[in-house]
Amino acid sequence: MTRQFLIGAVFVSTFFGGCGSSQKQVLLADESAVKLRSIQSRVFDTTDKTKMLRTTMATLQDLGFVVDSADDSIGTVSATKLDRYALRMTVTVRPRNERQLLVRASAQYNLRAVESPEPYQNFFAALEKAIFLTAHMEEDRSPASGSSTGTPSSQGSTATVPAKGSPLTGSRGTQK
Amino acid sequence: MTRTGFALALMTCAVLGGAACGCQSSIPRDALALSPQSVERRVLQTRSYDTTDEATILQASAGLLQDVGFTIEATRSSLGLLTGSKDRDATDGGQVVRAILIAALLRVSTPIDAIQKIRISIVTHPEASRMAVRVTFQRVVWNNHGQISNLEFLDDPKMYQDFFDKLSKAVFLEANKI
Repeated sequence: MTRQFLIGAVFVSTFFGGCGSSQKQVLLADESAVKLRSIQSRVFDTTDKTKMLRTTMATLQDLGFVVDSADDSIGTVSATKLDRYALRMTVTVRPRNERQLLVRASAQYNLRAVESPEPYQNFFAALEKAIFLTAHMEEDRSPASGSSTGTPSSQGSTATVPAKGSPLTGSRGTQK
Repeated sequence: MTRTGFALALMTCAVLGGAACGCQSSIPRDALALSPQSVERRVLQTRSYDTTDEATILQASAGLLQDVGFTIEATRSSLGLLTGSKDRDATDGGQVVRAILIAALLRVSTPIDAIQKIRISIVTHPEASRMAVRVTFQRVVWNNHGQISNLEFLDDPKMYQDFFDKLSKAVFLEANKI
């Protein structure tokens, strides 16, 4: 009797719990897309995508990441930081207009998306500083191991507003 | 005595387990901030070579990764990136002895490290007439229960020193086609 009850309980729990409730996570986001985009994006007054990607990789290494992959044609860098936790990050770089790049970072901390503004503010502050160092290095022809201090480069704009008019959703295909 | 010891062992396991598996639910405030150690680490992890030939450096790096048993996972020569990993045994003699002692004294089975995945990324950065190479290592360790027991960044200076010594030789061999 007890055994039958247990089998029944397992069956019922499978029925209720196994209907893909955890699969909802696939397209689930806690924050609104517009707010999230604003938190995760910055505009930079440069059109040098390759340099921005290289600087992003250098910044991620400064922050203790190991770079997983990068692609300059699509403009992505992915990296992982392990420090008793697992922090995964993807940064995308794409032209915003004829003179600016839009850089967007998204991170995952252990099993959660990072959606608070502060970590992204820290990341972009580090990226700005790295751009300054890179520019400084190329002008002075000095190695990268220079000073860590300095004001952010004039190249790095701190605008936090995402590209206006850019679509938030892709165009939907024809329904079959 | 035994009960006190057992309670102590449990508390230690809870603390260590919590720390090791990163059970903290929100991201640490400084996880994406530059720390005072950032520059120190950059110096430790970077070496410059007297060449502007990025491809040669990347080829030498790929050869070195193979020499030390890494599988190359991703490359992007246009961005100067090379990544690799290797899976190795992670058994620690001291840890095994501790586990045996704890089992004998407290009759508690404690997990021990079993397998590790070591990850590496090498990023080249062209300078005026030189090529800077920066390498970063990290590893994931699983215990014999199949659980992650450690996630860490590797910052042993000797490891980086050895790596760059080997890379210097590899770059020389590559440049001279030996």
